[in-house]
Amino acid sequence: MTEKRVDSAPGDEIESEAPLRVFRYRGFTRANHWLTAGCMIVLLLSGAAFFHPSLFWLTGLFGGGQTTRWLHPLVGVLLFFSFMGLFLQMWRLNLPRREDVEWSLKIGDVLKGNEENLPELGKYNAGQKGVFWGMSGLIMVLIVSGVMIWEEYFPNLVSIPVRRAAVVVHALAALGSLFIFIAHVYAAIWTRGTISAMTRGTVTGGWAFRHHRKWFKELARRKRDEPSEGAAEANGAAVKPR
Amino acid sequence: MTTLAPEPLTAASNPPTQPLESNLLPTDVRRISATAHVPPPTRQLTEVAKLIDVSKCIGCKACQSACIQWNDTHPAVEENVGIYENPHDLTPDMFTLMRFAEWENPETNELEWLIRKDGCMHCEDPGCLKSCPAPGAIVQYTNGVVDFISDNCIGCGYCVKGCPFDVPRIHKTAHVSKKCTLCSDRIAVGQGPACAKACPTQCITFGPKEEMKALAAERVEDLKERGYDNAGLYDPQGVGGTHVMYVLHHADKPSIYSGLPDDPRISPLVEAWKGPAKKLGLMAAGAAFLGSALHGIFAKPNEVSEHEEEEAEELYEDIVHEAPEAAEASGEAAR
Repeated sequence: MTEKRVDSAPGDEIESEAPLRVFRYRGFTRANHWLTAGCMIVLLLSGAAFFHPSLFWLTGLFGGGQTTRWLHPLVGVLLFFSFMGLFLQMWRLNLPRREDVEWSLKIGDVLKGNEENLPELGKYNAGQKGVFWGMSGLIMVLIVSGVMIWEEYFPNLVSIPVRRAAVVVHALAALGSLFIFIAHVYAAIWTRGTISAMTRGTVTGGWAFRHHRKWFKELARRKRDEPSEGAAEANGAAVKPR
Repeated sequence: MTTLAPEPLTAASNPPTQPLESNLLPTDVRRISATAHVPPPTRQLTEVAKLIDVSKCIGCKACQSACIQWNDTHPAVEENVGIYENPHDLTPDMFTLMRFAEWENPETNELEWLIRKDGCMHCEDPGCLKSCPAPGAIVQYTNGVVDFISDNCIGCGYCVKGCPFDVPRIHKTAHVSKKCTLCSDRIAVGQGPACAKACPTQCITFGPKEEMKALAAERVEDLKERGYDNAGLYDPQGVGGTHVMYVLHHADKPSIYSGLPDDPRISPLVEAWKGPAKKLGLMAAGAAFLGSALHGIFAKPNEVSEHEEEEAEELYEDIVHEAPEAAEASGEAAR
C-alpha cells in the first residue's frame, strides 16, 4: 500500500529513474501559476504607472492612461481568482512545520547556499511559505482596498475618507507584493534548476535531494510501495512521461 | 491682427464685439498635476476670485442654468424627492448646485433657510491636483483658476479622494473628471464666470481677489450691523485660501450650510500617499531590484552539484530497496 502523502501534493512523483527526475507541478498548476504571474506583471507595471508620476510612461505599454485605468482593476480581479486556484492547491503543504524554525534560524546558511547545514524539508521551505502566505495576505488586502477605490464600478461603495485610507493601504500592500515578487523570482533564478519545475513540471533528483529531501524521500517511498504495475515499470527509465 | 483679451475685472461687463486672442496662455500655468518641474510662469496674472454672498441668495438657480448653458452640459431630468435641490447632487453634468438647508437658530428659535451655491472652490493648494496621477490632467493658472484638462484625464477618480470639498465627479461615459472651471474659457477672453453674470441679486460677484475681499469686508460689516454678529468671509486658510469665497452670516459654523467643511485641508492620508512616502517607496523598490541584481552577480549561485545528483540516486536506490513492512513483495519486484 502506498503511504499517505504528508510532504507532497497530488501529482508529485518520481518521473524517471535514469536520469532521476521528480515531478513537482502538474500542467494545471503550471498554467495556473503562469496566469497568475502574467497578471502580477501587468498589475505591477500598470500600478507603478499610477504610483509615481515618473513611471506614468508605463501606461504606454497598455495603450495609454485611459486603457490602463480600466485594465488594471480587471486584471486584479483575474489575479485574485487565479491566485485562489493556487492557494487551494498549495495551502496545506505551506502550513508551518517544526523544521521551519530551524531553517529560519539558519538563514545565513541559506543565503550562503550551505544547505548541508539545513534540516531536511518537505515540498516547501520557510522562505517559500513566507512568499505563499505573504502573497495570500497581501492579495486579500489588495482586492478589498482595490474594490473600494474602483471608481468605474464602485464609485460610492465606501465614504471618501475610507477611500483615502484605501489608496494608501493599496499602495503599501502593492509595494509589499512587489518585494515578495522580486524575492520569489530572484530565489527561483538563484537556486539553479528551480525554474524547470514551473516550465517542464520536473526537477532533477539532485535538486529534490538538496532542497526538499523529505519531499523527495516520501516520493521515493511511494514509488517503492506502488502496486505491482508501477513497481515493474520502475525498472525502466522515463516511466510516465507527461 | 487680433489682440490679447484684457484680464477680467468683473462679471458685469459685456463682451467686446471684435475677436480677441485668449489671455490664458500655457505659460500662465503655475502647477501641473503629476509633473515635478513646471517651467516658471513668464508673468503673474491678477489673482481672481468669485465671491458668493450667501445672505443675498434667493435660490433662483439662475447660476445653475447659466452654468449648464455655457458649459453645454446635459444634466438628466431627475425626480422631485421633496426638496428644492435639483439635481440631487453635483454630477458630471452639473458643476454647481444650490444646496438648501433648513436651520433652526438656537439663539432666536427661528428657522433660517440657508442656501449655498456648491461647486469647486479653486483652492490655492488644490487636493485634486496633488492626488492626480496623470501628468497635465489638472493645472492651476497664476490667476488661481484650477482647471481639468480632459484630454489628459484618465478617469481614475484620485481627484475625488484628494478634494477636501467632495467636488469632482467622474463622467460615466466620457470617463473623465468634471467640475467647475471658473469659466476659464470666459476668463481667457476677459469675461467673468457665467453664473456670476446670470445672478440677478449680485450674490455672485467676480473680480480680482483683493477687490473681492474688500467687497466681502463691506458686506460682513453690513451683516453685523443687522445683527449677524458672526458674519464673516469663508476663505479657508487650511487649503491656502480659495478662489471661490463665501460671505456667511454664520461664519463660525460653516458646516450648517449643507456641510461646508469647518476647516478644510488636504487629508493627511492624501499627503502621506502623495508625499515623501511615495519617493521612499520608489527608492525601496529600486533598492530591491538593485540588491537582487548585485546578489545575482556577486554571490555564487545555489547549484546542485554532480555529487548531489549521485547522492540522490543512491538515496533513491536505498529507499526503493529497503524492505518495507507492508509492501515487501513489490519492493522485491522493483529489483
